[in-house]
Amino acid sequence: MDWTLVWKAIVSLAGFGILLGAILAVASRRFHVETDPRVAEILEALPGSNCGACGLPGCEAAAEAVAKGEAPVNVCRAGGPDVTVAVGRIMGLEVEVGVAQVAHIHCRGGKSLSPPRAFYQGVNSCRAAHLLGGGKACPFGCLGLQDCADVCPVSAIAFDEEGIRRVNVRKCTGCGLCADVCPRDLIQMVPVTAKVFVRCKSRYTGKKATSVCRVACIGCRRCEKACPADAIRVDDGFASIDYDKCTNCGDCAAVCPTDSIQVWVERSGHPEGGEFVVPEKKRRPRREEGGREKPGAREEAPPQEDGEPS
Amino acid sequence: MNEAWRYFLLFFGASVVANILLIRFIALCPFFGVSTSLETSLGMSISVIFVMTMATSVSWIAWNYVLKPLGVGEFLYIPSFILIIASLVQFVEMVIKKTSPPLYRAMGIYLPLITTNCAVLAAATESVKPGFFTKLNIAYHYGFPEALVYTIGVAVGFSLVLILFAAMRERLEMAPIPKFFRGVPIAFITAALFSLAFMGFAGMFNL
Repeated sequence: MDWTLVWKAIVSLAGFGILLGAILAVASRRFHVETDPRVAEILEALPGSNCGACGLPGCEAAAEAVAKGEAPVNVCRAGGPDVTVAVGRIMGLEVEVGVAQVAHIHCRGGKSLSPPRAFYQGVNSCRAAHLLGGGKACPFGCLGLQDCADVCPVSAIAFDEEGIRRVNVRKCTGCGLCADVCPRDLIQMVPVTAKVFVRCKSRYTGKKATSVCRVACIGCRRCEKACPADAIRVDDGFASIDYDKCTNCGDCAAVCPTDSIQVWVERSGHPEGGEFVVPEKKRRPRREEGGREKPGAREEAPPQEDGEPS
Repeated sequence: MNEAWRYFLLFFGASVVANILLIRFIALCPFFGVSTSLETSLGMSISVIFVMTMATSVSWIAWNYVLKPLGVGEFLYIPSFILIIASLVQFVEMVIKKTSPPLYRAMGIYLPLITTNCAVLAAATESVKPGFFTKLNIAYHYGFPEALVYTIGVAVGFSLVLILFAAMRERLEMAPIPKFFRGVPIAFITAALFSLAFMGFAGMFNL
């Protein structure tokens, strides 16, 4: 056996190792960059999904901006109050937190409720489909294609049984990216405490609205009158709830003639954390086949409706 | 054959005819990992060109002045090249971080990735042992300029295909693809067709 070759191999490889190690050791001193230790701490506290909802390129940039004081400690919309508190502690600030937000999609008109009027086969994107009007009968409803689910950094948006999009509130971090991307402006960021939702944004009113979707908001203003907290307003053909005032009483859902207002009920066993239900109607049963109201049913109307000057 | 023409053929052969990704199937993990968006593939490409050129220069020197004279190159080239390339990338990362923060922000996240990139090792190995991966048995030793041209050729070929493929994958995202083929499966199929197209260059010339 040629021992000189073995020695040569050992010496050359060890030589490389020692030489390169020495160079790296010197370089790490020479080229040392002073970094704010808080950057690493903040980065640790941030969710790290690099969703970009803060408007900065990734969590590292956000951490740097916060440490430099260029961004507020509540920079992370996705992380919610916990992250804000943690970042605030690192920066030495006491933080008062608001309520965390989640996305809500204001449409429940799926396949069976708002039947397609055309078969859309174009680019698989709501923004593209919206330009052509989409395949759906309702020109304001959820197209159920890819866009919001694609931008969601935590995969919280799935289909519901009706083929439209639904936010899984357990996963949603409230980053708001989907709200920015929806071409029909159906997604709103609502406080997690919100339980009552107007699940329609149809600008059509009355019969025109129900002709394209059975559960459309027809702009009848019954909910406006039923609301004890003055939190719901019908504007531009559809009702919308001011969650600063809403008390989650559900009175509006109880008077809604088309069931477009629904109440979210948490169910511990449910995969999405709960489901939308229509509360028991306080008035007459739902109007059958567009028939006129029956005078007898009107006596059961809630007191709010009667007390309101018309 | 004059010099300039020979260098051109070397470059063209390394970048297109024997493309590292599509003909030799080296460095497939960045090919599928980084090709999801055009922007990241551009950043990766520039970093690869930069690191590959530097790695080959240093490896060539190590081979010709240390490993070959000592007679240990034949069995030590892989560990020593890995050692050299890994240290080099670390070193370059430190220098860039200090001297040019914007460049670091653009290339920084790709540099550690490239440390373990087999294409860089392949280019370094091939430029000291030509024909090693294609099994051509060419008894020919590249001089320093030739090794450099060869490496830049390999890196440009890598970048070219990576960028083309990323552009194609961005289109695929939007295309109505059957559910089972979405994402990586369709990317593999596309890569195969791509590879077939590049096979058309095979045998264009011999060097």
